Amino acid sequence: MEHTAAHEEHSDGAIKEIVKVTIILSVLTVIELILGFWMMGMPLESWLRLAVKGTIIILMMAKAFYIVGYFMHLKHEIKNLIMTIVVPLCLFIWFIIAFLYDGNSFRNLRNTYDPHFKEQSTIKVEKKEEGKESTHEVKKPEEKKAAE
Amino acid sequence: MSTTTTVTPTKLWSGGKSPFNVEYGKLMMWYFLMSDAFTFGAFLISYGTIRFSTNGWPNPNEVFKSFPFAPEGVNAPLVFVSIMTFILIISSVTMVLAVHAGHNMDKKKVAKNLIWTIIGGIAFLSCQAWEWNHLHNEGAWWGHNPFLNHDGTASSTNFTNYFFTITGFHGFHVFSGVIINIIMLIMTLMDKFEQRGHYLMIEKAGLYWHFVDLVWVFVFTCFYLI
Repeated sequence: MEHTAAHEEHSDGAIKEIVKVTIILSVLTVIELILGFWMMGMPLESWLRLAVKGTIIILMMAKAFYIVGYFMHLKHEIKNLIMTIVVPLCLFIWFIIAFLYDGNSFRNLRNTYDPHFKEQSTIKVEKKEEGKESTHEVKKPEEKKAAE
Repeated sequence: MSTTTTVTPTKLWSGGKSPFNVEYGKLMMWYFLMSDAFTFGAFLISYGTIRFSTNGWPNPNEVFKSFPFAPEGVNAPLVFVSIMTFILIISSVTMVLAVHAGHNMDKKKVAKNLIWTIIGGIAFLSCQAWEWNHLHNEGAWWGHNPFLNHDGTASSTNFTNYFFTITGFHGFHVFSGVIINIIMLIMTLMDKFEQRGHYLMIEKAGLYWHFVDLVWVFVFTCFYLI
């Protein structure tokens, strides 16, 4: 109501930025969804599928950047504040690498040294129409595994 | 009107200036969100670790393929969850607009955009409630997994445990975000911020709401897409 012309100009730019980021976020989401639909027909352990998953993760990071940077305004804060938020979050790089590597290694070890574990993952369960029936069917090997 | 104080970088450490150039409450909100990010990160990384240590995993396109009011046995993977994603993105946008209107001391616009944000939050929660209810009817719950792996082998209950725990924790955040936004709306309508002379409180609520949207970006990708 009582802002100066300079302020008006500034707020107009802010609205433009909001619109721009909204469009970017929507487009990124649509690309993610297209990739998701495309991925459905791919064979399970193919390199292409892995590459698409990697692309989706990169798009996810891009979306996170736009939300934090523009919607949460972090990009326009001063450098000290950006650093105090972003630097601790770098721990995630290590967390993700270490834990996923560990999980993968655990699976390989079990597949090598635990014949029971390996066998469990090859027994096919016949598909039942009733959800309740198959719940029991599925649960049984689990209980057996836990008991051992 | 505006809290922005000019910072001269050369004399940043000589005292008398705010080193982060934001008010106390906003800085603390950032630190809270950082800790919350670590909580969600721990959940998602734990999910990833278990998934990597398991031989098979259910296909999300088979598990999340239904749609409200659609006939039984409809095959519409990704459709419902993409609607949920867009609801959250749009409600995030209206929240930015509310914060922006707050900068301009525009009470009417703040209230209007807050109302849209609250509607978006409630819509998202309703979608999640429908999805949980639907999965529960299919026999999925903590400790129960009716779904099979990609290759038709028996799947572990880890899948449903992680799904309900993480989406539940996120849904709880959305719920508290809606409550916070309702409180902000009431305070706006009661002219609290006009009396204070600034709408900084809306900014803090906005930060929290955007964080909720941010977490959904990760949850959506980890559970539904890959």
